[in-house]
Amino acid sequence: MRIAIRGGRLIDPAHGVDAPLDLFIAEGRIVGIGQAPDGFTADREMDARNCMVCPGLIDLCARLREPGQEHKATIASETRAAAAAGVTTLVCPPDTDPVIDEPAVVEFIRRRVKAAGQSRVLTLGALTHRLRGERLAEMAALKDAGCVGVSDGGRPLVNTLVLRRALEYAATFDLTVFLTPLDPWLGHGVAHEGQIATRMGLSGIPAAAETGAIARDLELVRDIGVRVHFGRLSSARSVDLVARAQAEGLPVTADVAVHHLHLTEMDLAGFDSQCHVQPPLRGLRDKDALRVGVAGGVLGAICSDHQPHEPDAKQAPFGDTEPGISGLDTLLALNLRLARDGVLPLSVALERLTWGPARILGLDSGHLGLGALADVCVFDPEADWRVTAHALCSRGQNSPFIGWELQGRVMHTLMEGRVVYEWAKHALEIP
Amino acid sequence: MKKLPTLHGKTVVNLFFEASTRTRTTFELAAKRLSADVLTLNIAASSAVKGESLLDTLQNIEAMQCDMFVVRHQQSGAAEFIARHVKPHIAVLNAGDGRHAHPTQAMLDVFTIRRHKPDFPNLQIAIVGDILHSRVARSLIHALNILGAADIRVIAPRTLLPAQVETLGVRVFHDIKQGLREVDVVVMLRLQRERMEGALLPSEQEFFQRYGLTGERLALAKPDAMVMHPGPINRGVEIDSRVADGPQSVILEQVTNGIAVRMAIMSITLGHHAHPVGEEV
Repeated sequence: MRIAIRGGRLIDPAHGVDAPLDLFIAEGRIVGIGQAPDGFTADREMDARNCMVCPGLIDLCARLREPGQEHKATIASETRAAAAAGVTTLVCPPDTDPVIDEPAVVEFIRRRVKAAGQSRVLTLGALTHRLRGERLAEMAALKDAGCVGVSDGGRPLVNTLVLRRALEYAATFDLTVFLTPLDPWLGHGVAHEGQIATRMGLSGIPAAAETGAIARDLELVRDIGVRVHFGRLSSARSVDLVARAQAEGLPVTADVAVHHLHLTEMDLAGFDSQCHVQPPLRGLRDKDALRVGVAGGVLGAICSDHQPHEPDAKQAPFGDTEPGISGLDTLLALNLRLARDGVLPLSVALERLTWGPARILGLDSGHLGLGALADVCVFDPEADWRVTAHALCSRGQNSPFIGWELQGRVMHTLMEGRVVYEWAKHALEIP
Repeated sequence: MKKLPTLHGKTVVNLFFEASTRTRTTFELAAKRLSADVLTLNIAASSAVKGESLLDTLQNIEAMQCDMFVVRHQQSGAAEFIARHVKPHIAVLNAGDGRHAHPTQAMLDVFTIRRHKPDFPNLQIAIVGDILHSRVARSLIHALNILGAADIRVIAPRTLLPAQVETLGVRVFHDIKQGLREVDVVVMLRLQRERMEGALLPSEQEFFQRYGLTGERLALAKPDAMVMHPGPINRGVEIDSRVADGPQSVILEQVTNGIAVRMAIMSITLGHHAHPVGEEV
């Protein structure tokens, strides 16, 4: 299928492009920018007037809940939500059930994704067998099976010796290690340790639960030279530690969940369980430091940290609820809001969702160069919408942003030159 | 007259998800003295174990046409959660939720203080012991601040104080001798035995030596200082028996006042003054 996307404002942060340019696609790849190649005839003309055209979004952390927790969501439901959110590549951590610690699980997910056909799903293999932090997982086999990295899957290793060996083994096979910085003992609470948790009587997670783990991991990186990516930083001091390590030349990168750039501990008022997340929402100064970190590039990617839940998971007193936000649907609009609020320029905001995560993954995607895979997101930056449970495509309706007025709506999503989402069709299905 | 007809024909359900003797009994008595029908459910031992969710339990009891839930739960925010999910005509009284709040205890405490020392703007008060885990302390601190108490002090080792506790409007002391100086009221908190296991304290002995209320330490406070305790008391752990049973102790008076204050709260709440959560007055 040959597609011409006409009339839009093309934003390709990887190539520094921000201009009104048409985009031409054939056989799943970009074949023309600004002008069609000789003899190009489009099978489909796509009207992108008043829209922006950017690379398909890459989300570094999204739980699809399959295999193992299909009562929350499925690969089919969440890849569909991803397409509707302009996300063409999702990275799935290994804490599925069964854990992604052998090639068969990778293969299972690949087949389900192929059957759904809506978005690309990349998997992270487990760092240790069953994520138990005791024996190493077969990382080389997982790499051969297609895993783009290895990870602790949100269950930090307790044993530092096992961690050190896991990092060394991963480095042997040139794998990037995705770590969740959290001290397992200090991390037992349900809210940021600070005045709000004190007032509400919620058990606190100090910032040191995160910074202590980062400091330890950085020392191991210094010895081993392994590429490490820290997922979902939440505190100002964490940004500082990573910035210093990067300045020193250590091969470390980091991301932040978009909700940490918009919410703080203050949002827990009234014991709103939709704000129960791990790591916890912290103070205003932390939020500001994360915003500076993402603007300056210390935090190279913004992710959704998508964790869809069934309603019951959030229907209990705060401490008894499961942490996590269903974040895919609001990812782009919340990101555009950062640009609107003057936190960072629009092209940088989009870079953190496209080329930024692609570089962390070491992938040749997230850009719109000639010959690149045609993963494209076309969105109307001015379209207003109100976040409601009905407006969410994800099966998980657990969002603290319900009730917010956002701007920015995905109009078309293309994956490898194939249209996987169209607002015009989807709009007819909304009740 | 011991019994009033105020809540005649009303049904009060005590929902206790956490063990309690004193609070449950005083709520039960308070409701009975107002002529209400009272049902007490110790849910820790019933449906919660069978995997029934909190909402299921609530909806079942709600279906039995009740007028008031008195809720004790181990999770902070539980009473608020329940209040948001029951039908609006049902009143919810928080009888203690996690570490968050125990408002009726705070009200009976300030009522007791007021009977002896009504001049709150000149009141100096010290709360001693496990502030970190104490809903009693949090509620009492709020109540005293609302009443404009001059000086609210908390006295504890740092392991038993929550982060940024001074933001609650208190002054922090680690030395009980300094902290008790010239206070009008001393509130001792119960120290749970399991605190030793969590590495919060080395031993009961050391805690008593540093923070226990003895006659000698009490002498540092004003001569007419009142000694209070929400109960149940750990004699020899946070308080010396001679002080607990001594002339300055109002611990048993607190229990008596607890019934009167809870009767008052129930009457007001089930009367025409009730407002559902979310509908501000």
